[in-house]
Amino acid sequence: MKIIVGYKRVVDYNVRIQVKPDGSGVVTDGVKLSANPFDDIALEEALRLREKGVAEEVIVVGIGPADLTAHLRNGLAMGANRAIHVQTADAVSPLTAARTFLKLVEKEQPGLVILGKQAIDDDANQTGQMLAALWDRPQATFASKVEIAEGKATVTREVDAGLETIEADLPAVITTDLRLNEPRFIKLPDIMKAKSKPIDVVELGSLGVDAADHIKTTHYAAPAKRSKGVMVNDAAGLVAALKQKGLL
Amino acid sequence: MSKILVIAEHLDGKLNAATARAVSAAAAAKPDAIDIIVLSDAPEAIAAEAAKIDGVTKVLAVARAENAHALAAVLAPQVAKAAAGYSHVFAPSTTFGKDLAPRVAALLGVSQVSDVMTVEGPHSFKRPIYAGNAIVTVDVDAGSTVVATIRTASWPAAASNGNAPVEALSLDATLPSHTRFVNLQQGKSDRPDLQGAAKVVSGGRGVGSKENFEIIYKFADKIGAAVGASRAAVDAGYVPNEMQVGQTGKIIAPELYIAVGISGAIQHLTGIKDAGTIVAINKDGEAPIFEIADIGLVGDLFKILPELESAIG
Repeated sequence: MKIIVGYKRVVDYNVRIQVKPDGSGVVTDGVKLSANPFDDIALEEALRLREKGVAEEVIVVGIGPADLTAHLRNGLAMGANRAIHVQTADAVSPLTAARTFLKLVEKEQPGLVILGKQAIDDDANQTGQMLAALWDRPQATFASKVEIAEGKATVTREVDAGLETIEADLPAVITTDLRLNEPRFIKLPDIMKAKSKPIDVVELGSLGVDAADHIKTTHYAAPAKRSKGVMVNDAAGLVAALKQKGLL
Repeated sequence: MSKILVIAEHLDGKLNAATARAVSAAAAAKPDAIDIIVLSDAPEAIAAEAAKIDGVTKVLAVARAENAHALAAVLAPQVAKAAAGYSHVFAPSTTFGKDLAPRVAALLGVSQVSDVMTVEGPHSFKRPIYAGNAIVTVDVDAGSTVVATIRTASWPAAASNGNAPVEALSLDATLPSHTRFVNLQQGKSDRPDLQGAAKVVSGGRGVGSKENFEIIYKFADKIGAAVGASRAAVDAGYVPNEMQVGQTGKIIAPELYIAVGISGAIQHLTGIKDAGTIVAINKDGEAPIFEIADIGLVGDLFKILPELESAIG
């Protein structure tokens, strides 16, 4: 079977982002961009399933501007067979992303779509669930263990109460949690090899996706700062300070 | 006219407190009605609990054998059907709500507002992005259904003095059988629930081992606190994952948060930013946790925690 992996490019997780003083957005010019960490985990899982013989082909998909192609090359260097770049200059909502993935799913007929559980820029945590709904297929979100056999995925999910295991008939959508795996590093020879792997570029406008966005972001602000704290010298000082605040 | 449908979260026949927090957010939108929907195989006891929440107009109890476990693929078509006639659908921003609400939103053909921190108006909300390092205001078109998850740490639980009527609701929805529950392994704990506790003590990599974590449990029990952990402590296998506090774990807002042996990565700080008082105990005086701590103490946790216990008496 084929596996489609969502591969979003985001501001690197180590960057301390700054809100623009006029509240129009966050500063992204000249800031380091990387793969969304959860998407690296998604790609790693797909590659492991290919190595086990469960899948034959792994396709990385990115939605974004023209220079996103370079980012998709990283996914190919990590081991994906090919890439699809859905080109658009506009920011897309999770619903538009899900509708876009659905078009690609209809064309490619994958057995599995693996996405990260959330992107670390918009922190939405929606796209995988929305795709599963539109496709009318199972979803296994926040996966920390995946086993595929006999047309079924048995997935352990990280939920608030502990670990939940569910069984889903394929095709299905899985979203990855942090503990699913440890993504591999990209090796130099693989970067060279990736240059000859195919990347299909399609215009978002040509897919017939309804990209209307009924939620608009009108203002960005820095979070409220906490007031400066005090240091105490020993356990007795800490207990006294907490008692004074009525917390002990 | 605005009417809000709140999706009840429950487990083992008991209502989750996150539901009453979502009701508080619903009340802030000043709607004409707030109804709670309970989907279960046996919703009666849960619905009775939900009916007590202040501000609730009525409780809709949907009893179906398929609802024995909270599978999003099974619940979403029912919620989407029940949503007709409502201007808003709210769910708590727990793993339950995050799994279910986007599936409902997609069936209704709308995007979702994730992790609502404040309600500015019936169609205007604030939510965090970039791990809480920026707060955005989002406006939803007045003509479309608002589907939102409510960041539980930002809202108090509505009180339970109410007495709303409970109505049985039967929904004509075809449910899929392609997704099946296998089992749930729950972390067993007699301690207060991490997300609802007034006091939380968390341990990090500095605790050093699973065995050493006993010192954290002992201290937490002394002050009646829930126990949490940093991602480093979870990844090192000291404690189970459901104890993780942070961007990718639980986001909490206790009155008192005591971070022990936690350096304070951005990912962790996101989970505790709204705590009333943050205390940091760390042997490294340069650790980033001290930048946000209200009270800091530099020193060896293995020496300080026993001293604290005897000082408390």
